[in-house]
Amino acid sequence: MKKLNLSQEVIDRGRKYAKQIVDQVQEHIDAHSTVAVERSVLRLLGIDGVDQAGVPLVNGIVEELHNAGVLGKGVMYWFVNGMIHTKLSSQQLAECIVNKTIHLLELPRTPEGEIEDAALQLAIRSLAKIKERRQEREAWIASLGKGQEPMLYVIVATGNVHEDAIQAQAAARQGADIIAVIRTTGQSLLDYVPYGPTTTGFGGTYATQANFQILRQALDEVGKEVNRYIYLTNYCSGLCMPEIAVMGALERLDVMLNDSMYGIIFRDINMKRTFVDQYFSRLINGYAGIIINTGEDNYLTTADAIESGHTVLASELINEQFAFRCNMTSEQLGLGHAFEIDPQTPNGFMYELAQAQLVREVFPKSPIKYMPPTKYMTGNIFKGHVQDTLFNVCSIMTGQSLHLLGILTEAIHTPLIHDRFLSIESAKYVFNNLRGIADEIYFREGGFIQQRAQEVLEKAVNLLEDIADIGLMQALALGYFADISRTSEGGRGLQGVIVKECSYLNPFIPLMLKGGNSNG
Amino acid sequence: MVDVNHVKPYGDTLNDGMVQLSFTLPIPLSNAAKEAARQLTASMGLEEAAVAHAEGISDTFSFFIVYGKCSHGVNIVGITVPEVALEVLSKKEIDDFIRTHLNRKLNVVGACIESDAHTVGIDAIMNIKGFNGHKGLESYHEINAVNMGAQVACEEVIHKVYEIQADAILISQVVTQKNIHITNLTRLVDMLEAEGLRDKVTLVVGGPRISHELAKELGYDAGFSSNTYAEHVASFLVQEVKRKNVWDSSKETG
Repeated sequence: MKKLNLSQEVIDRGRKYAKQIVDQVQEHIDAHSTVAVERSVLRLLGIDGVDQAGVPLVNGIVEELHNAGVLGKGVMYWFVNGMIHTKLSSQQLAECIVNKTIHLLELPRTPEGEIEDAALQLAIRSLAKIKERRQEREAWIASLGKGQEPMLYVIVATGNVHEDAIQAQAAARQGADIIAVIRTTGQSLLDYVPYGPTTTGFGGTYATQANFQILRQALDEVGKEVNRYIYLTNYCSGLCMPEIAVMGALERLDVMLNDSMYGIIFRDINMKRTFVDQYFSRLINGYAGIIINTGEDNYLTTADAIESGHTVLASELINEQFAFRCNMTSEQLGLGHAFEIDPQTPNGFMYELAQAQLVREVFPKSPIKYMPPTKYMTGNIFKGHVQDTLFNVCSIMTGQSLHLLGILTEAIHTPLIHDRFLSIESAKYVFNNLRGIADEIYFREGGFIQQRAQEVLEKAVNLLEDIADIGLMQALALGYFADISRTSEGGRGLQGVIVKECSYLNPFIPLMLKGGNSNG
Repeated sequence: MVDVNHVKPYGDTLNDGMVQLSFTLPIPLSNAAKEAARQLTASMGLEEAAVAHAEGISDTFSFFIVYGKCSHGVNIVGITVPEVALEVLSKKEIDDFIRTHLNRKLNVVGACIESDAHTVGIDAIMNIKGFNGHKGLESYHEINAVNMGAQVACEEVIHKVYEIQADAILISQVVTQKNIHITNLTRLVDMLEAEGLRDKVTLVVGGPRISHELAKELGYDAGFSSNTYAEHVASFLVQEVKRKNVWDSSKETG
């Protein structure tokens, strides 16, 4: 397994700096909540649906309390107080609040101890539902099994969820193990979650609970047919990151794209907002037994893959520490990277091998997510198919886990049904033909690949030391990742960040921290 | 000798008309499905259509790779394709050109607008490192290049145009579905016109599905497709801005 002769001491030092970096940010996280976190709390209590104007009920309730400046106590405090007084169910109470027949702030206040007890009981009951979905997944996998690593991961992106379901089933029959439904562009910047099935999206569908349900059902059906549990993936990112985590946990998604910094860097979402949101979303994902995928592969679409290889590793170590803070296990961390070196580079494939093997060895227990070439795909589909083949070879040679299939028509259009078929067919061919190759090869002592991997590791650790020194927010402002610079006060969503009062009530946090790890 | 009035596809013999294509039919694979694929190919004007490969790719879909001989030829005499008319300058020549004619930096805003999340194109043209060894606009001394990234709303582009007093706007549209790129591009032009900015800036669009002709049709000054580098775009910008003669040295440099 260990082929790179990496110094464990250097790796440990990298983890130590990454932990320091995250500890600094955690102080900010612990002191704040956000409107999205508070909406997630309401969703966890079972509140669903939209008002006559199409605004989700959870938005209506949280916005009113936010405007009144009382969210520092937590939405749970106000809402549970309301439930105690009105004896209504959470959904009924939510509807009354939005219809303005009940005003939470005008109700008499029950003593805090009583509210806390009731909130705790409600939270325990809500989490039982999520635990049930998790056990359901485990039972499915125990009876059907799942795909062999590297698992074949494909995307569907028709814009119509019913068409997506058809394409997803077709892909599973062709051999796909994981299906991601591409999210329609732009959702990450919406500060609410759309409602209902999507039939007219562009380049994808919205992440909605109805869409999750439709795909889950389709994949369960086809899973029985192909005798393999098919993983469902969606995007737990953007301004509603934690709410999507709730929906995914309730509808038994298996994989969620969920990065601690992606929204900041690539969607210009405010970092103070994102850090708090990612924490709560990962508590949920952790507790639900979901595998998260991080987005370091994206760095290489803007920055150069050879020059910036170490930023990928550094970011993975930071993402890992953020996840550990939520008590996620290593086995839940699909840390991301990509095959994005310019194909004209002499020995480019050796650089790719070095990076892929490096990530594998630094995170031996994690289901590493490996992304295909995109930046240097040209429209020459024949050459593209060969580039994807080299990517497949690299993946099986270095033991990657979640293998996102390259598609020969990348850079032309979203995949056609036969594009995906050809891609699955060739990956299956390569993986089957090279099944045992990783056990048969080693890399020459002190050779190019070992040296390159050691150099990337050293540079990553130096970068982490540097970031630990100046702080992550400052590092982001200086454009350390993907050459993109973001300031702590800039970007979208800052007005949705709330300072917690000392009486802030959210029993989900301690419960999920307790349950996430032990449950796995 | 190639007959320029009647050019046909070439496989291994002049005028053999050889064409390869692949497609999927939404029906289960059967001999009838194969014959259907052959007949369909024939009806496209391909003679001696031969199904080289047929495979069921799901219970309800079958995939075909077909060869046929194109019965048509095309007259290339008299075909004119609108192309961006420009003299390609080097990076240094572009910087010199701006210095000579403007006395201040050229302000350029770039963005991949609305639905599109793919920065590959705009980055290739604007980022310092550029693409394929061709440095991007950010590396030009005399260009103040602001790359707004992906999924930028048209409103934000316009805001930025005012903010940096942009001379030119570069728009990228890479991945599209159901022609949404056309909707996006039209929206920006409409908004620029409503703001009275359209004539004050040079407006350029790029992307794999963009041609100069389409760009002109949509109201842009130029369209660039694949194999375009920063120096092509910059050469066009400086020459176009000079031609329009709207250089206004009073503009501040951002």
